Amino acid sequence: MSRRFSPQSIALTLAAPLVAAVFGLGISSIALMITHNSPLETFRAMWDYGTQVGSLIEMVNLGAVYYIAALAVALTFKAGLFNIGVESQIRLGALFAAWIGAMFTLPPVLHVFVILVVASLVGAMWAFLPALLKVKRGVSEVISTIMLNSIGSALSAYLLADHFQQLVAGSNNVTTKPLPQSAWVPDLMSWLNRVGIKDVPGGGPYGLVFLAVALGFLYSFIVNRTRFGFDLRASGASPTAASVSGVNPKRMIILAMMLSGAFAGLAMMPVMLGESHAYTLGFRGGVGFTGIAIALLGRNNAVGIAFSSLLFGFLEVSARILELNGIATEIYIIMQGAILLSAVAAYEVVRRYRETLNARALARAGVTA
Amino acid sequence: MNELAVELRHIVKKFPGVVANKDVSLKARRGEVHALVGENGAGKSTVMKVLYGMQRPDAGEILVDGQQVRFRTPAEAIAAGIGMVHQHFMLADNFTVLENVILGSEPTKHGRIDTAAARARILEMAAAYGLDIDPDAMVENLGVGERQRVEILKVLYRGAKILIFDEPTAVLVPQEVDELFAALQGLRAEGLSVIFISHKLDEVLRVADNVTVLRHGQTVAEVAADSVTAQDLAELMVGAELPTAPPRSTVPHERVVLSLQGITVGGQGTRDLLHDVSFEIRAGEVVGIAGVEGNGQHELIDAIIGLAPCQGTIVYNGTDISRFSVARRRDSGMGLIPEDRQREALLMGSALWENRMLGHQRSAPVARHGVLQLKAVKADAAVIMREYDVRAPGPETPAHALSGGNQQKFIVGREMSRQPSLLLASHPTRGVDVGAQAAIWEELRKARDAGMAILLISADLEELMAMSDVIKVMLRGRISGTFDPQRTTLEQLGVAMTVASA
Ligand SMILES: Nc1ncnc2c1ncn2[C@@H]1O[C@H](COP(=O)(O)OP(=O)(O)OP(=O)(O)O)[C@@H](O)[C@H]1O
Ligand SMILES: [Mg+2]
Repeated sequence: MSRRFSPQSIALTLAAPLVAAVFGLGISSIALMITHNSPLETFRAMWDYGTQVGSLIEMVNLGAVYYIAALAVALTFKAGLFNIGVESQIRLGALFAAWIGAMFTLPPVLHVFVILVVASLVGAMWAFLPALLKVKRGVSEVISTIMLNSIGSALSAYLLADHFQQLVAGSNNVTTKPLPQSAWVPDLMSWLNRVGIKDVPGGGPYGLVFLAVALGFLYSFIVNRTRFGFDLRASGASPTAASVSGVNPKRMIILAMMLSGAFAGLAMMPVMLGESHAYTLGFRGGVGFTGIAIALLGRNNAVGIAFSSLLFGFLEVSARILELNGIATEIYIIMQGAILLSAVAAYEVVRRYRETLNARALARAGVTA
Repeated sequence: MNELAVELRHIVKKFPGVVANKDVSLKARRGEVHALVGENGAGKSTVMKVLYGMQRPDAGEILVDGQQVRFRTPAEAIAAGIGMVHQHFMLADNFTVLENVILGSEPTKHGRIDTAAARARILEMAAAYGLDIDPDAMVENLGVGERQRVEILKVLYRGAKILIFDEPTAVLVPQEVDELFAALQGLRAEGLSVIFISHKLDEVLRVADNVTVLRHGQTVAEVAADSVTAQDLAELMVGAELPTAPPRSTVPHERVVLSLQGITVGGQGTRDLLHDVSFEIRAGEVVGIAGVEGNGQHELIDAIIGLAPCQGTIVYNGTDISRFSVARRRDSGMGLIPEDRQREALLMGSALWENRMLGHQRSAPVARHGVLQLKAVKADAAVIMREYDVRAPGPETPAHALSGGNQQKFIVGREMSRQPSLLLASHPTRGVDVGAQAAIWEELRKARDAGMAILLISADLEELMAMSDVIKVMLRGRISGTFDPQRTTLEQLGVAMTVASA
């Protein structure tokens, strides 16, 4: 985990994602050509659309949601676990937060705070189940979280339809009772106005983008600077050495999974408190799965994950223009996948290249021990 | 019979920050046991990894049977008849002995693994070389000594003509060493070549025909074993005197630090892994445990540190800690030097300063209110490296980049840095060179005189005799005898370790 900040070293650090992006574009080009589209024009259209103010705001909003989900996944990667259940932890966290949050009004900031607490508690509790199964019965968390995703989505659909639903006249959208205004978090459009950016139709960046940023700092702090984070990383690096050092492996599984679930529960909060003000059936799915890819691309590093989230958000938003050109928007999924795979390969290539460079530099300098 | 089997010419190998091999040359003939000696970090393991195709040299030539070769992978070296038994075993834990031995070169019959043929061959080889092992045992249940035998079988199974042993005797007790050496003589008689690395100079002289001495990555001498003494070798290696143990001038205190009463650890079968073990260690006392590997030593340490569930009572500094967690026991001042340093005591991919925290992450100076004190930790890691002469570029160096002996020195330094009131030390000087061994013994003696209690488990009987105030022999999970090192000979101990009625 050593870091040296020479220009060359920084260039090398950036090289992997760049190479991956270029490679990912290459593969996407092939996919486009197979479907008889011009890659250059497609990319140009995506770039032009994606860099408009409205699109960039959407990118940030989507990126914030992905970011929180990816942090949740990364936490378990650090511990040598794999929480695939982020998807349903997000969903149940949001559903219960919406339901409970709409039951009362409180002073504005406090109300938001209570909703956030509920969302993360529910996420943590849903993640506790697979942890318990692993600790007590040795069930792989990979399997149990996948199954709990199915159960979670069925459960949330049932609860929403039969218990939490509020019928809205003239709409067939199934939704919970709207949150009172005290639970709304205003967007940041007025901030943008102040620096000369005009209003756009879709609204400004969610206020809770700051929640994502704060969670990024929190993640980094917990993982790198606290004893708990050390225990977590030690368990991931060597379970044997960790338990000899006094880490209780069972406790660590439970804590890591619950903390991950607590993060996951918060992932939809920027949208819910900033825009929809209720849990609706139309809430986007797959955030938890995208989070896995982003955590991998970002190498479990808070900053790396931030860039990856924005990249994924950018691709997704900018691909929307393609519909107008008669190109399947799903091309962005191919791009995301291609970038991820190339990144994993590129990290390895750069790592080896760096070692060779080191060895050569030494050979030239004739350094001795 | 005296043709050269292997020749290394002017090998150079560099790592980031370190030149591991500056200029290493070595010649081994057919039918020869050739020893490679040098202090920790001299580059012994590295040059053997080069020969075995695990590392590519930056310069130099390798000749096998007079032909120049260039190995890119161990597979190519194996194909050329070179086999290696590593200092740190590379076995798949969840496989059986048989599966590990044939892994990668499975005999097949009609497209399926021919287990029967494999078993027959393994048993035959095991008998021929005196390597007693159960082919169906799971490797995770084996002790270090048995694991080594699996490694040796693995190499022989691949038809090696040139065998490299990296510190094969470090983990063995005298009888096992004798068995191994007898096997080596057998190999030599068949015209095979053996290159072996060791820090135990007496053994080197006993078994080797010729000795190559490395110093700071360079070959400084090649001598015939019968023309030198251990002292000569030590001087060639480090310019140091052989360590001698001055007799103890202090006496243990009266205060009991650790008291074990009826400690029993159950096993999977009918026999307990540890049965009704009771003894006390007083402040300033060193209790040595002698025994053949796998007779309950590991379980004893695990029971005391809280890793193995056990019956009986453990009283530590007047408190019954039988129900305490591992963390609580460690934090109450127990230092631990585990048997298998790479698996149990290090995070191999992490920097040394991170490893400084391992096992100490809950207390000052590593953490305060749960927050790591990274600056203090890094500074402290540097201090340990200096005081224990850990040769590595710095605290940022990852643990895997250290030579085996330097890893061990770091672990000893880390555990001593907390000034534990009890040190559980399994093979504390395993793999360290004669100079560093003397230094570690000196540190342990100083701490002992200042009141630290030590439980010393060692395969090195001379170490036990030199350091212990009392020696207990473990046999099949029980304490089978207690000896006063002043009035016991190595032979008596050796007998007690293998014969039940002591
Ligand atoms: N993979 C690696 N990366 C960086 N440095 C390394 C690596 N492997 C070994 N070294 C360094 O090369 C030097 C020689 O190490 P080597 O393991 O060959 O020593 P050794 O003679 O076997 O010592 P010991 O007796 O302690 O086992 C040491 O300074 C070590 O830190
Ligand atoms: Mg070595």
